[in-house]
Amino acid sequence: MSRTVTDVICPFCGTLCDDIEVVVSDDGKELHEVYNACAIGAEKFLHSQAKDRITRPRMRQEDGSWKEITYDEAIDYTARMLVNAKKPLMYGWSSTNCEAQAIGSEIGELVGAVVDNTATVCHGTSLIAVQDIGIPSCTLGEVKNRADRILFWGCNPAHAHPRHMSRYSIFPRGFFTGKGHTGRKVIVVDPRRTDTAKIADIHLQVEQGRDYELFDAFRVAFKGEHLPDVVAGIPKEKIYEAAETLKSGRFAIIFFGMGVTQSLGKNHNIDAAIAVTRDLNEYTKAAIMPMRGHYNVTGSGQVWGWLFGFPYAVDLSRGFARYNPGDTTANDLLRRDEVDAVLVIASDPGAHFPFSSVKKIYDLPSVAIDPHETPTTEVCRVHVPVAFVGIEVGGCAYRMDNVPIETRKVVEPPEGMMTDEEFLGRVLARIKELQGV
Amino acid sequence: MAEYLIKNGFVFDPVLGIKGDVVDIAIKDGKIVETTEVKDPKVIDAAGKTVMAGGVDIHAHVAGPKVNVGRNFRPEDKLFTYKPRSGVERMQGGFSVPTTIRTGYNYARMGYTTVMEAAMPPLYARHTHEEIRDTPILDQGAYPVFGNNWFVLEYLKNHEIENTAAYVAWLLRATKGYAVKVVNPGGTEAWGWGLNCENVHDPVPYFDITPAQIVKGLIEANEYLGLPHSMHIHANNLGNPGNYTTTLDTFRLSEGIKPRSKFGRDQVMHHTHVQFHSYGGDSWGNFESKAPEVIDYVNSHDNITIDLGAVTLDETTTMTADGPFEHHLTELNHLKWANTDVELETGSGVVPYVYSPNIKVCAIQWCIGLELALLAKDPMRVFLSTDHPNAGPFTRYPRIMKWLMSEEARRQQIDSFKHRDKVIEATNLAGIDRELDLYEIAQMTRAGPAKALGLSQIYGGLAPGLDADVAVYDFNPSEPYAPDDIEKAFSSAEHLFKTGVQVIRDREIVSNGNKRTLWVNAKVNENPQVMRDVREKFLRYYTVTLNNYEVSGHHYIPNPYVIEVDATQ
Repeated sequence: MSRTVTDVICPFCGTLCDDIEVVVSDDGKELHEVYNACAIGAEKFLHSQAKDRITRPRMRQEDGSWKEITYDEAIDYTARMLVNAKKPLMYGWSSTNCEAQAIGSEIGELVGAVVDNTATVCHGTSLIAVQDIGIPSCTLGEVKNRADRILFWGCNPAHAHPRHMSRYSIFPRGFFTGKGHTGRKVIVVDPRRTDTAKIADIHLQVEQGRDYELFDAFRVAFKGEHLPDVVAGIPKEKIYEAAETLKSGRFAIIFFGMGVTQSLGKNHNIDAAIAVTRDLNEYTKAAIMPMRGHYNVTGSGQVWGWLFGFPYAVDLSRGFARYNPGDTTANDLLRRDEVDAVLVIASDPGAHFPFSSVKKIYDLPSVAIDPHETPTTEVCRVHVPVAFVGIEVGGCAYRMDNVPIETRKVVEPPEGMMTDEEFLGRVLARIKELQGV
Repeated sequence: MAEYLIKNGFVFDPVLGIKGDVVDIAIKDGKIVETTEVKDPKVIDAAGKTVMAGGVDIHAHVAGPKVNVGRNFRPEDKLFTYKPRSGVERMQGGFSVPTTIRTGYNYARMGYTTVMEAAMPPLYARHTHEEIRDTPILDQGAYPVFGNNWFVLEYLKNHEIENTAAYVAWLLRATKGYAVKVVNPGGTEAWGWGLNCENVHDPVPYFDITPAQIVKGLIEANEYLGLPHSMHIHANNLGNPGNYTTTLDTFRLSEGIKPRSKFGRDQVMHHTHVQFHSYGGDSWGNFESKAPEVIDYVNSHDNITIDLGAVTLDETTTMTADGPFEHHLTELNHLKWANTDVELETGSGVVPYVYSPNIKVCAIQWCIGLELALLAKDPMRVFLSTDHPNAGPFTRYPRIMKWLMSEEARRQQIDSFKHRDKVIEATNLAGIDRELDLYEIAQMTRAGPAKALGLSQIYGGLAPGLDADVAVYDFNPSEPYAPDDIEKAFSSAEHLFKTGVQVIRDREIVSNGNKRTLWVNAKVNENPQVMRDVREKFLRYYTVTLNNYEVSGHHYIPNPYVIEVDATQ
């Protein structure tokens, strides 16, 4: 016999879909089917059922082989590593719940760590731009109910946030948007003809790395001022047309992704993007939103915001919080040899950081806390497998529009496995013992 | 729990009517008790010092999404403010938008023990509660916003008070909220289209209703339920020259309505940060104070309470659910602007602001805040606030006390204004010689707000049976003092007890307390129509499902204090 759990939250991307249905065995030990989720989300749920899943901590030996250790040994190793380090890096946090993030933050305070999250290689530039110029934004329901002009810039939700377009942005029928897709104009700015671009009314195939120019051209076009014949590879007529499309809407929204946060210009691109949105508010209503990747990268920025006042790259090593991206960011610290231990949790820098950074992690005392085997777990000295947040344990997560949703536990973790929160809680207690506080 | 006896202090307590007499205060099992009831107490020598109940803040923005936007988008607010971890104190920083940790400690240092978060977007209730959870020491509650909520707009269009009340009760329970908050009624919904409602009869786009109908209807729904607090409003037209007429129009909506609450309050409307709503003139050129007109109304109508929203002449971070106002402000000062519109519910904005004593308008605003307090006839209905952090950070409360208690301090400030003569001409403050005493300060900061919140059965005084929230300040009211002595003494309580736990000893924080979250559970009769409406709206227009909306779980509210209301009769 089996039973269906409804209203389940998908712990994959920042879209944080909360209408997933999961079929589990009656005893709650096995997960059989996943409905409503996208292919990636469904795979995340089903992957928790892998028969070859690692369920106990393990330590890499001199010869490169792995030896199973107990959770107690892993807790002691982690606590000692952090206490003995002068400046440990605690990186990741984006695929776990806010409760674990809050405990991790206190650990960071006690041991004088640098805490950084995956925004550092993703929307960190957006966070810097927001500090420069602010951000007029909204919740995704405002987009669903009001928006008739949708602009995707440097992002490809068809692949990266597969249900975004159907749940929130292009296709849904909302209160003031009863015609759904046919009542909306869609603009995509992307050098590639992506699957998202294919369904757009206007596709501006911007020259690689020229986003800043094109944003500025929009601001000129809104005012009806003169543009050169071609800007960033786009004929001016097309820019005027797109600008007029945005201005003539009742509610315009700009979604932007790593195509514009991590290309030439970085935070300056986002400054310009937000300035475009501000300008649009002179003519109509407009909002802008980053397409956040991990399902709770937004949450870690929130937790550190209320505890430390900064959303990422927080250096606690001097006893107070310092924030200086480019200096206190994970890659910069690793490549400058400024950290002497690394704890990675709920992320995979091994797959996403430059090789030079990954090599530094390999050389340092290091712990990876992750339910999966990843490139990161393979380079760290200790791998602590934990229960999947949102599948085997609940907890709070923040959607890309900062809306917090309580993820749900739908199935039991393999017997004897810890959660991130439990593991970090035990590490915190052990650190207090070691430090005598 | 330890017993305490606070001996020989000068006690100021409006609940017991003690005006500076030397009285001993005893604490046992978290409560104030008769001195005969403690057997072997720890004795606190308060001779030559001032003793009051713990402060109660009725209106501040201290937790939640817009507060965190303020923190995260203003790294400059942390400059030169950071304090390392030490003893029981965790790392803390920030000036106008402090971290949650600092918020708890800094309120405690001022002798405050209860603080209400003034605007909680219901969809973001979890966030608000997570921040409240991580704010040490203070008892806190949060007011969900209702004035632009689609359910409310639709019910009140047809004057369906019972349905509105049922929905209010449902939302308070779902969000673990404390009171009915209204911000720019109708105007924030209009902001969904880039528009606004500037007076109480401006129609709300599409919804075919006016702010006046929303306000009146929500007062009636509030009284239908008999909630502890009254409807709590930030009216339309905030911050604009000439807006005092809108304020008076809003006040008048309460006329003829009597409170139907068992919680001891006398008002049906609390109007917040009235300083921002007492402006005359029709431009920034002829901007002037209309505080006397506004406070005259309050003085002569006993079913209204207000708080000041006093300007403190600092650089700060404005934040409000009044989305169109913040857009207006960023157009004015060209500083960075954050905005979030929240589906079916509300909106918000955040903009930094500098209240410079060299700017005439800022100096006039400063005068207006103080005029409201000094012209008030009943300090039990006019409460000290800065609308933190909007008119200034809450850490300036002791400075406001100094200004209210000392004409000399006010004169010094006025004399330092760049546009002194123009400011004097546009205001009334220079002609006011009243100096408030500590009893009146205790009314404005303890007994009054506790009563208006419907919490006078637990907070606001030193009568036996009340929670043992007690502050001891190093201030001797029987000896001559300089104005600055007031600010210094009330910025740093010598001792503070929170529900019987000593959290400050000799000016050191020695405990993170045992904070509670207050929320109101209002029981109403089953209302199938409202529940059908809720289900339908969630299905069609919200982006979270109904089953994922309610805030539940120990980790959001680890230590709840639930106030039960029965409106089923």
